Amino acid sequence: MSRPILITGARVIDPVSGSDRTGDLFMRDGVIADAPDATPGDALVVDGKGLVAAPGFIDLHTHLREPGFEDKESIETGTAAAAAGGFTTVCAMPNTSPAIDTAAVVDFITHRAREAGPVRVLAFGAVSRGRKGVELTDMEELARAGVVGFTDDGSPVATGLLMEHALLYAGELGLPVMDHCEDHSITAGLGMHEGAVASRLGLAGYPSAAEESLVARDIALLGLTGGHFHVAHVSTAGGVEMVRNAKGRGLRVTAEVTPNHLTMTDEWVLGVNGSASGIARPLSLSAYETRAKVSPPLRSRSDRDALVEGLRDGTIDAVATDHAPHTFGDKATPFDEAAVGISTLETAFGSLMSLVRAGAIDLPTLVARLTLGPASVLGERFANLASLAVGTPADIVLFDPEERWVVDVSRFASKGKNTPLAGQTLQGRVRMTIAGGEVAFREAGQ
Amino acid sequence: MMAHATEQSTVAAQTETPPRRRHVLDLDDFSRNEITALLDSAEAMHELLSRSIKKAPSLRGKVVLTLFLEPSTRTRVSFEQAGKMLSADVINISGSGSSAEKGESLLNTALTLQAMHADLIVIRSPHSGAPYFLARNLQRMGVVNAGDGRHAHPTQALLDLMTMRHHVGGLEGKRVVIVGDVLHSRVARSDVFGLHALGASVVLCGPPTLIPLDLLHKGEGDSLPDVSVEHDLDRAIEDADAVIALRIQQERQGAGMLPSMREYTRRWQVTEARYRRAKPGALLMHPGPMNEGVEIASSLAHGPGSQIEEQVTNGVAVRMALLYQLLTGGQEEAAE
Repeated sequence: MSRPILITGARVIDPVSGSDRTGDLFMRDGVIADAPDATPGDALVVDGKGLVAAPGFIDLHTHLREPGFEDKESIETGTAAAAAGGFTTVCAMPNTSPAIDTAAVVDFITHRAREAGPVRVLAFGAVSRGRKGVELTDMEELARAGVVGFTDDGSPVATGLLMEHALLYAGELGLPVMDHCEDHSITAGLGMHEGAVASRLGLAGYPSAAEESLVARDIALLGLTGGHFHVAHVSTAGGVEMVRNAKGRGLRVTAEVTPNHLTMTDEWVLGVNGSASGIARPLSLSAYETRAKVSPPLRSRSDRDALVEGLRDGTIDAVATDHAPHTFGDKATPFDEAAVGISTLETAFGSLMSLVRAGAIDLPTLVARLTLGPASVLGERFANLASLAVGTPADIVLFDPEERWVVDVSRFASKGKNTPLAGQTLQGRVRMTIAGGEVAFREAGQ
Repeated sequence: MMAHATEQSTVAAQTETPPRRRHVLDLDDFSRNEITALLDSAEAMHELLSRSIKKAPSLRGKVVLTLFLEPSTRTRVSFEQAGKMLSADVINISGSGSSAEKGESLLNTALTLQAMHADLIVIRSPHSGAPYFLARNLQRMGVVNAGDGRHAHPTQALLDLMTMRHHVGGLEGKRVVIVGDVLHSRVARSDVFGLHALGASVVLCGPPTLIPLDLLHKGEGDSLPDVSVEHDLDRAIEDADAVIALRIQQERQGAGMLPSMREYTRRWQVTEARYRRAKPGALLMHPGPMNEGVEIASSLAHGPGSQIEEQVTNGVAVRMALLYQLLTGGQEEAAE
């Protein structure tokens, strides 16, 4: 059994109880415990002064790539990256090879995750067999193997009819259907927001309407079927508004947003990291920045502002990373040919803290959107993952909200070095991650 | 690693003529002075073209590669001829028959070619931005954009400017109409930047499905400087000094972007009647290859106002001037 751990003098935020106090946090035997009068001799004592302790972050949307794409990431490296980013639970996406469409693949992932270390790996199952958009997977068998929801992420649920059936069948199992809302008939898989920047670069654009039309389809179907629809990586002001409206009507719809869409815009593709350079100026050699190519694409400033507001007011339940590691070669191409996605786990918290510093969201709310929010999407049985009550799992993140650090991708635990934040300074850093009562990550010097 | 942020940016944010240009990626970073000097040089090259012995030794010992990953006749031959007339060794590589066909990535192809110590690579790619990608990854080889996706085609724009300047004189205050498939046109984009630098204004004209949406709505700021959009060609052409008709691709009809070629021709062909609304003697231009009887009425395309063949000749002259400038800095190196 692991050593007891005592964190002393930290600001302790518990999103479930709503408490926000300065004090100690003690854990032993893998759970939160009452602090004993005398610290056990074998305890690891961590000075939490100036730091914040909170439940470990929960990521609803992680591409671990294994099985099938181990050159991009493995369960071992992906969970190490999660721990480095303060995440103690990640939900593996099923667009692997083979897809997570049978219990055997779920078992494989569970087994590999147990070998890899203490971070909790949950899995989403595919909606359709082979993610081909035709037949439903054996959803009940997948549920018994442990999947926490269904998605064909990477692609949308191919047809309205399939989505209708998925909502009905998964709804009866009490599990959400997460949809990657992208009308392929409009986008043909593009990685650039339709707008002036795309036009300036001569790139075909993926308009906001291509997301909004599928969000609208799925919400309309939800009204018909009941069940639980979860919007993956919402990126548009229109999408946020539709979710707000549907929640107002009492539908079981939830939504997530990525740190990238909350903090970056399509201007990042100009390669100057969003500095207001003006698109009519000469393009720099860094233009066509493939590391800023992601699906859905980084959108306009007004979309970004609407996403931040949606996160603040609770329309958007959770921050999810959509961590999408790729190899060097996947991105070392002309923009059209580059893979979509950003390696996000290890920068998520640092970039989100910019929202707190800008006054757009307060720290306890941000912590809640990284813990209680995603736990609620997963359902009541996961609520204890976001709690610091005695007896709940000892999944803890300890972070310094003020520390400045430079993103050095060569130090990433993830195999994916693909982030446009490389070389940038972030403020707010994870110092330690404890998962199941064990130290899963510890920043040097802590 | 990709040398992104560390690369010194030869094309960024300068307003004055740079001391020595390594790459030509678009005309968006060319000042009026730089364009004017280049066109003056092209006039001199044009003179060489009319000699009986069309060869000068200026680029002897220089190696120019052309890497064309998309079909092209005039642009590739034009670069090849321009290089050879100045005595450069020109090596042509096409997409088919090269290792690109075996799945070698563009980066690896380019690094391989650089390792053979070529001086300059001229690239045509179906992907917007491919020349920028090469320029930031190649440390020792200059890059010339010979057309990238729907983004830019700077040497076509230079030859258009040369043609217009030759006939109209200074372009300040002149009015140029670009009609057709603006959305997919790298020629239109580069023409706009070049004409803007020389003080001309541009009217873009075409079907709403073939005009970039941001320009159609003027929403989030303009992606092109000082252009206006007018769908009605009768109105757009009024008092124009020059009309550039863009190639319309038959595939656009299949993609649902055009009702039919017949309807396109009826609404956007430069007809005799429409041409009479332009300034007397207005120039008629087309980047080629032209669909006979579609973009421009046949009688006009082969009539006195047409500059289409002169554009081709000027293309060689402009590319000679450009290669000379890039490979010598405008000063011939003393013979050993």
